[in-house]
Amino acid sequence: MSNDTKKILLDPLVDNNPIGLQVLGVCSALAVTTNLGTALVMSLALTAVTAFSNLSISMIRNHVPSAIRIIVQMTIIASLVIVVDQVLKAYVYDLSKQLSVFVGLIITNCIVMGRAEAFAMKNPPLISFVDGIGNGLGYGLVLMLVGTFRELLGSGKLFGVEILSTVNDGGWYLPNGLMLLPPSAFFIIGLLIWGLRAWRPVQVEAADFKIKEVNGTEAV
Amino acid sequence: MEAYISLLVRAVFVENLALSFFLGMCTFLAVSKKVSTALGLGIAVILVQTITMPLNNILYQGVLKAGALDWLGLPEVDLNFLGLISYIGVIAAVVQILEMAMDKYAPALYNALGVFLPLITVNCAILGGSLFMVERDYNLSESMVFGFGSGLGWALAITAIAGVREKLKYSDVPDGLRGLGITFITAGLMAMGFMAFSGIQL
Repeated sequence: MSNDTKKILLDPLVDNNPIGLQVLGVCSALAVTTNLGTALVMSLALTAVTAFSNLSISMIRNHVPSAIRIIVQMTIIASLVIVVDQVLKAYVYDLSKQLSVFVGLIITNCIVMGRAEAFAMKNPPLISFVDGIGNGLGYGLVLMLVGTFRELLGSGKLFGVEILSTVNDGGWYLPNGLMLLPPSAFFIIGLLIWGLRAWRPVQVEAADFKIKEVNGTEAV
Repeated sequence: MEAYISLLVRAVFVENLALSFFLGMCTFLAVSKKVSTALGLGIAVILVQTITMPLNNILYQGVLKAGALDWLGLPEVDLNFLGLISYIGVIAAVVQILEMAMDKYAPALYNALGVFLPLITVNCAILGGSLFMVERDYNLSESMVFGFGSGLGWALAITAIAGVREKLKYSDVPDGLRGLGITFITAGLMAMGFMAFSGIQL
C-alpha cells in the first residue's frame, strides 16, 4: 500500500476524526450506543454505505451537472441505505428492530454526504473508496468506545456477556442507570473529545473571547 | 381532541427529537452559536416538518403500506422498501418548492430563512420524524400534530442551547473542552433537564 493511501485510510481515525473534529454524523453516534452489538452493526452499515457511495459518486463525478448534484448524491445514498436495511432485516432481524429508524437515518448522516461533497467529487474512484472506509472506521472507533463505556458501566456487560456481576444477580456491581439514558452519551462524547484534544493539541479550537490579563497594580 | 393535545405535549417535551432521540444533532451543534440564527433555523424546521409529515403520511397510507394499493386491484403489493427513498424525495422537493415560493411571495422571510432551507434537507430530524410516523402508524391528523409538535420541540431545544452558548463564550473553559466539547456537556445537562418531563402521564 502506498503512503498516500495509508494516510487517507488512517487519518480519519485520530487526526481528522469525523465526530471529534469535523462534527459530522453525531446523531446516530449518540443514539445507538447503549450496547455494543447495535454500535458494531451501525458502524459496519455506515462504513459500507460511505465507501460505496464515495465509489459510485466519484465514478460519475464528471458527468453530473453541479446544479443537481445534491439530488443525485441523495438518490445514490438512499438506494445504498435501502440495500443495507434489507440485508439487516434479512439476516439480523432483532438488531435491525433495535436500531429502528437509525438505519434509515444513515441517508441524512452528514458523514456520508460530507465525504461525498468534500472528497468523492474531486478524487478518482479507488482513493475515494478508501477514504470512505477510513471515515467509516473513524466513526466506528468513537461508537465502539462510547458503547463500551455505556454498556459496561450501565449494565455490567460487553456484547451481552456479563463482565461485572450486578447486584441484581447477587454480585457486587451496582449498575449506573444514567449510562443507559440519553444524557450520558453527550457527557461521554464531550469527555472523549477533551481527551482527544489533550492528546493532540492541534485540534483545540481558538477562543472567541480572551480574558484580558491585568497587572495587579494597574487600574482596570 | 384530548388525544391530540397529549400527542402534542409528548412530541414537544417528553419525546423531544433533539434531546431524547438525538436527531438533527449536526445542525444542532453547528448552527447554535447565536440565538437569532438558531431561532431562524428553528422556525424553518417547524415549517418544513409541518408540511412534509402529512405529505409523507398520505404517501405511506395511500401507496407504500402493505395492502395500500388495494384500490388499484393489487392487494398483495408491499412497497415499504421504497419508503426511505420516497420520503427523502418528498422532503427535498418540499424544501426546494418552499424556497422558490418564499423567494417570490415573501422576500423578507426568504432573506431571513433562505440560507437555512438547504440545510434542512440533510437534517435528520425531518427524515427521522417521518420514519417515527411510519413506525407508529399515525393517521393523517395525528401526523399533522406530531409534525408541528416535533418541529416545535426541536426549535425550542436549539434556541435554548444557543442562549447558553452565547453566555458560555465569556467563560474560561479548559483548552481541550473549548467549543465542541463543552457544547456536548451542556447539551447533556439540558437533556437531563428534559428528562424531568418523562414521568408525565397524559
